[in-house]
Amino acid sequence: MSTTELLVEPSRVSPVQRAVVGAFRSREFAIAAVLVLVVAAATFKSSSFVFSHDGWRDLLLSPSLLLLVAIGEMVVIVTRNVDLSVGSTLGLSAYLTGRLFTDHPGIPILLVFVIGLVFGALLGCINGLLVTVFQVPALVITLGTMYAFRGALVHWAGSKQIYASNLPDSFQNLGTEQILTIPVLTIVGLAVLVLVGYYLWNARGGRELYAIGSDPEAAGLYGLPVARRVFGAFVVCGALAGLAGVVQDARYSTATSSTGQGLELQAVAAVVIGGVAIFGGSGSVYGAAIGAFLLITINAALPILGIPEFWQNAVVGVLILGSICLDRFLAQRRTHRLIESRDDA
Amino acid sequence: MAEQRVDPTLELRDVSKSFGSVAALRAGTLVVEPGMIHALVGENGAGKSTLVKIVAGVHQRDGGTFRFQGRDVDFATTAAAKDAGIAVIYQEPTLFPDLSVTENIFMGRQPVTASRRIDRAAMYAEAEGLFTRLGVHLDPRRTALGLSIADQQIIEIAKAISLDASLLIMDEPTAALSGIEVERLFAVARSLRDEGRALVFISHRFDEVFALCDTVTVMRDGSYVSTDRIEDTSVAEIVSRMVGREVAELFPKTPATIGDVVLEVQGLTTAGVFHDVSFQVRAGEILGLAGLVGAGRSEIARAVFGVDRYDAGSVRLLGRDVPPHQPRSSIRAGMAFVPEDRRQQGLVTEGSVARNITGVIRSGLARAGILTSRAENAAAVPWARRLEVKTGALDMHATTMSGGNQQKVVIAKWLATRPKLLIIDEPTRGIDVGTKAEVHRLLSELAGQGMAVLMISSELPEVLGMADRVLVVREGEITADLDRSDATPESVMTAATRSADSEPAA
Amino acid sequence: MTTTTAPATETTYAAYARPLWQRLLLNRTTAMVALLVVAYVYAYNQVPFFSGKLTLYFLLMDMAPILLMALPMTLVIVTGEIDLSVASTLGLSAVVTGLLIHDHGFSLPAAALVALVVGVLAGLLNGVLVAYVGLPSLAVTIGTLALYRGIAVGLIGTKAISGMPAHWKDLVNRHIGTSSYPLVVIPIVVLAALFALLLHLTPFGRGVYEIGLNAEAAHFSGVDVRRTKLVLYVLSGVVSAFAGVFYLLRFDSANTDTGTGLELQVIAAVLLGGVSIFGGRGDLIGVLAGVLLIGVLSSALRLQQTGSDVIEIVIGVLLVLSVISTQLLDRVRSVRGRLRRTTRSAPAPEVGDGSRKVMS
Repeated sequence: MSTTELLVEPSRVSPVQRAVVGAFRSREFAIAAVLVLVVAAATFKSSSFVFSHDGWRDLLLSPSLLLLVAIGEMVVIVTRNVDLSVGSTLGLSAYLTGRLFTDHPGIPILLVFVIGLVFGALLGCINGLLVTVFQVPALVITLGTMYAFRGALVHWAGSKQIYASNLPDSFQNLGTEQILTIPVLTIVGLAVLVLVGYYLWNARGGRELYAIGSDPEAAGLYGLPVARRVFGAFVVCGALAGLAGVVQDARYSTATSSTGQGLELQAVAAVVIGGVAIFGGSGSVYGAAIGAFLLITINAALPILGIPEFWQNAVVGVLILGSICLDRFLAQRRTHRLIESRDDA
Repeated sequence: MAEQRVDPTLELRDVSKSFGSVAALRAGTLVVEPGMIHALVGENGAGKSTLVKIVAGVHQRDGGTFRFQGRDVDFATTAAAKDAGIAVIYQEPTLFPDLSVTENIFMGRQPVTASRRIDRAAMYAEAEGLFTRLGVHLDPRRTALGLSIADQQIIEIAKAISLDASLLIMDEPTAALSGIEVERLFAVARSLRDEGRALVFISHRFDEVFALCDTVTVMRDGSYVSTDRIEDTSVAEIVSRMVGREVAELFPKTPATIGDVVLEVQGLTTAGVFHDVSFQVRAGEILGLAGLVGAGRSEIARAVFGVDRYDAGSVRLLGRDVPPHQPRSSIRAGMAFVPEDRRQQGLVTEGSVARNITGVIRSGLARAGILTSRAENAAAVPWARRLEVKTGALDMHATTMSGGNQQKVVIAKWLATRPKLLIIDEPTRGIDVGTKAEVHRLLSELAGQGMAVLMISSELPEVLGMADRVLVVREGEITADLDRSDATPESVMTAATRSADSEPAA
Repeated sequence: MTTTTAPATETTYAAYARPLWQRLLLNRTTAMVALLVVAYVYAYNQVPFFSGKLTLYFLLMDMAPILLMALPMTLVIVTGEIDLSVASTLGLSAVVTGLLIHDHGFSLPAAALVALVVGVLAGLLNGVLVAYVGLPSLAVTIGTLALYRGIAVGLIGTKAISGMPAHWKDLVNRHIGTSSYPLVVIPIVVLAALFALLLHLTPFGRGVYEIGLNAEAAHFSGVDVRRTKLVLYVLSGVVSAFAGVFYLLRFDSANTDTGTGLELQVIAAVLLGGVSIFGGRGDLIGVLAGVLLIGVLSSALRLQQTGSDVIEIVIGVLLVLSVISTQLLDRVRSVRGRLRRTTRSAPAPEVGDGSRKVMS
């Protein structure tokens, strides 16, 4: 009996071999490969895409914002929920950041980051409470909070804007600073990625999130603290959106009342493309991260490849549809083969 | 030296439970000692499931004693029962399909290292240990998706062992298992017993009961009947205690003239489910499909009606071919199907009585495409009357009605289509005795008026009382075609179970 | 052949459990309509300029696309699905129509017809993926939201279309006679009537509700679940395309942002109107009241110099409150039902395990 990825019988293959083969077969590898292909193609056309100071920096820096938001969104989606309010949360946090610097000059930058994080977490609490206490689908709740938060932002900011002049230089420099050629903001995103990835893989709570998304009823019957975990997921998502708001100011040195609009759909797209099931239970945060990189990089690469950048959205749309069709196809094929192998046994 | 008297692991005495006016359990008694495999037998409706659910913490009893390991208990939640050391393995286990089998076993209790990190190596090792002990060949890393029912059950048992359960209840565990898998399950059960745990084994398969269990308790009509050591009793005795009442009185089958062939099924096959099924049903005839739960009877019926696909074979109604997998065509041809699961498949529980009853004949009621509530009500009333549906008003939701009433609504819905063939799956499951009799009388009447009826039932007395002919299905194949006069509980059970030679002499 | 045998006694069945006044009053839709009336009357009397001649006109013109798209969206949500791509379809239709007229000299009717066909195709893609391939509608319509917007953006680039034929622009912006009602109200009323008819008074509409309540039982009863859903998505596409043509003519402009964000307003209005996100419940009148209520609120607040920001907050809070209240009402109803049940007739004790999911 040859070993297949189905593992009906204990695998005869050595763990190392299994890990390597598994890695190559994974969704994460596939989209990483697509990402590399896109970068390669763009570089081929214009070497400065990668091989220039600005090119390399932007390649790594531009996705940092979506990266943070996508990580948070993934945590929520894995529990079979969704958070559409992340864009509004980011906008609020971005404006808050600007106001903090304007109204309290000399405020430590680190403190601003913390405040942004906590502020986002508080907004996440609102979502979490509404979803867990009232058992209304997250789609609807976060649709409402998306509106409400955006409205609050517009009310607060009005037509005012945050300009570069409001922000201290040291803060703005963070936007382009690099450590060993890797932008600081990207490092922040990667650090969060590793943290969240570790938790989801190695902590009991993280595994329970997957269980809840895989079968919410079974999770309840099992006795898992479903409400607590889902609440926590929303808090994390909000916190990361809040953090992203601060990052956004550092990177773009500006914030308006429409900052972050439309980001939620990009986040969901990144997660879906990254192989996380829209109904939760499977997928990795690393996939979501690669998905975020892919989305942003494609946007940058299209014009270089001769495709008018206007077709960006269409490409994103095709990617999303393609991903979910692919997932369905693979899932059906796997089930089919599992049943077949079971019947053969 | 006086021996220390060990408390029975589970002690239920005179436990009662009613749902509204229906007494599901009247006097349930079950005493299970540690280190024993205790069989619990009884027909559907005897109260076994309710008893199990009370032990599992799904329901709370109305009266009676419930002691676990010598202490009075009352479990408010399933989690509480689990914590106490009770594990129930249902026929359809619920696992997390996206996660590995190991994680399914240890979710929430994964072994951790000093730094609170999940110790995967230890977890997999423990799982492997469990699997070896259970004689299972599963890779601990494998996802739970696509596992056979047998393997799913093993995972549930592994869960129970890792929770150190002192009482394991297995509800029809072998219903979906093949011979080898059953043997494996038995070996596991015996080893668990030898460890001093208590097991309860609910089954209809007497050959298995007699092969595996030490003691057997019989229940009937919600009450305790008897408990015997296996070696002190026989299948015949058990069956007669289970069936008990006078069959003829309860199910008045009026004689009817049997006419032409209405339904003709030839060589129906779906891989892994049923194989080469052929039979006929005539006008005025009630054909009973008997067999154990999981034998494939409902699957056959669903394939005939078109809800499920089939791989090979043909279905003909009144001589005309019925295209497969199209319920609409079957309905047009004159078939009606009252499904097994009333709430999930038969009714729209959140819908009104009138809408439910007119559910299939809707398009015919519309005038120039317009369908009014008045037309629906007018059409529904005669059928509600005919079946004596009890409801306050036609726009009451079906969810407020009793099981019996709900079943009447479903039947009314299908009778309204004036079918030539009525397929009815478990006509009186979960229904009070009064309504049961009504349904039986109705089926007799329908047959008397020339309808062909295909009736699936797991209740032996019902099949024996109502059917003109009995087809017995075993693991997807027809093993017997018995005329009314030849059909007895013994002959049906024999054809329905394997290893007839293991049955002790009657 | 079976015949009905004459029953022994003539049982009468009441058509309704509750008297008419209860049915009318204790009704989510009635509450919505009442709220609308109250809001309108209040605004009429208290808000300066609200009673002005043009207020109603602009209110209806602003709400027209949302009114239109809410009609098929109601049916889609009743079946338990969702369509997030409607605004992108609107934008795409506006762009296509505009380009055909502007760059290719099409007449408006011809261009509009092409746009409607585009709407049909857009709906078909959604419908096939959701109903026949079986993909989750949330994910699919997020994808098509991006795709259709993307095609529109790709077609139009940085251009902004304008300069639509004056004759048609006037027509769209015209009043009915001397009243405050815009002409567009007529097609809206007609469409609303048709959709209401479809949903509430046809077998198809009954099927829509059944699918939302219990798709499996609907399938067992012979309802063509897949085809129904496909039809609904196609309707959604066509109506959105129609709204796109209106949008183009009203604002004499089509660009990359046309209609962005409208889908959420439509869904918010539908949910506000009492349609349950879980499917199976709600009616069209409630939805219409919901849309108009949002219109009245927006109008009134704007006239009071309140920015669109506060309006958005209000809509957001309203949406959350409305679904929470629906949820609470449901729970109250089911608890009462259970209490009533245990005292009167009994529920079925599930023999066996009821309906547990089987995994493989």
